[in-house]
Amino acid sequence: MGKTPELSSVHMDALREISNIGMGNAVTSLAQLLNRRISMSVPLAAFMPFEETVGLVGGPEELVSCVSVRLSGDVPGMVLFVFNSYSTLRLVDLLMGMELGTTRELDKMGQSAVMEVGNVLAGSFISAIYSMTSLNMKSAVPMFAYDMLGAILTSLMVASGRTEDKALVLETRLFQDRGEFSISGHFFMLTEPGSIQKLFDALGFSDPQ
Amino acid sequence: MELAAKDNAEIQVGIADYKIARNPDRLITLGLGSCVGVSLYDPVVGVGGLLHVMLPDSAQFNQVSKPAKFADLGIPLLIKEMQSAGVSIYRLQAKLVGGAQMFSGLDDKLTLNIGQRNTDKSREILKKLGIPIISEEVGGNRGRTMILDTRTGEVLIRTLGNKLKVI
Repeated sequence: MGKTPELSSVHMDALREISNIGMGNAVTSLAQLLNRRISMSVPLAAFMPFEETVGLVGGPEELVSCVSVRLSGDVPGMVLFVFNSYSTLRLVDLLMGMELGTTRELDKMGQSAVMEVGNVLAGSFISAIYSMTSLNMKSAVPMFAYDMLGAILTSLMVASGRTEDKALVLETRLFQDRGEFSISGHFFMLTEPGSIQKLFDALGFSDPQ
Repeated sequence: MELAAKDNAEIQVGIADYKIARNPDRLITLGLGSCVGVSLYDPVVGVGGLLHVMLPDSAQFNQVSKPAKFADLGIPLLIKEMQSAGVSIYRLQAKLVGGAQMFSGLDDKLTLNIGQRNTDKSREILKKLGIPIISEEVGGNRGRTMILDTRTGEVLIRTLGNKLKVI
């Protein structure tokens, strides 16, 4: 695997835009699923060692749920959604049509509900990028974990073989602000530096210099 | 990697890193998933070391930027550092924590059991060096935080929703 490419701010903007459109699509799907308005932040695009992504979300021992979907094809990598435990339980409330604050523990049913949210988000993100670029992107079945943030992210990093290189991290925060019941989540797309050129080529950008 | 001077300090060991400490300080590494924490302790001089292993074997990689990431390179490095702090390799006692399988689902590319491989390789390297593993808490599907108390050589394990466990 090569060195980290030097990307200009124009290219970083383009990556942010891709992420924005992909997540915009995903958030629309989630809003329909939950029948709620969902907002999203301006995405962050950066090259960083994967372990630093832990710090973007919270402390290494924080309880979070994580749905990850592996990508193969022209842009191999991974997309993942991370929700803190409070937001996870509120998501289950919304999905099951229960009053906010009802769910106190994540049971099997709750887990599959959260996993389905991740699956829907990942699917609509990928299809938005596909319709922009016509790149070949396949997604695997979702994987789920509910435990310490640090343990989850490092295990993912190792399992995906992304431990030597910096990864391209596209991060977006999702939030649904309802006074005391606010839900927020983080979305990451991680890919290899080599895949980025393919993204740029497909978008009609020349060499990223 | 200096010995901390303060009383009873808690020294944090990052991912793919190692540190040593002397009685009465404590070494801590947070959120072990498939990673394995290897602690070594010399009860005579009261010096301990803690390594956070991510991958079993450096031989599969062309370039190694951080040797402490691997069980096969990290353990000998930690021992070397401890020896220069007056530790005898013949007195070292090891404990292993971690090596879990965090994710559930059907994507078998992601369930390659790295946790198990990290554990196996760490055991193999320690055996080769003649260092006994006196206790361990490995496998399963929970994330763990590991703390080595250099006053006693005890290892404390924190999992979410459970009491601290001592091994």
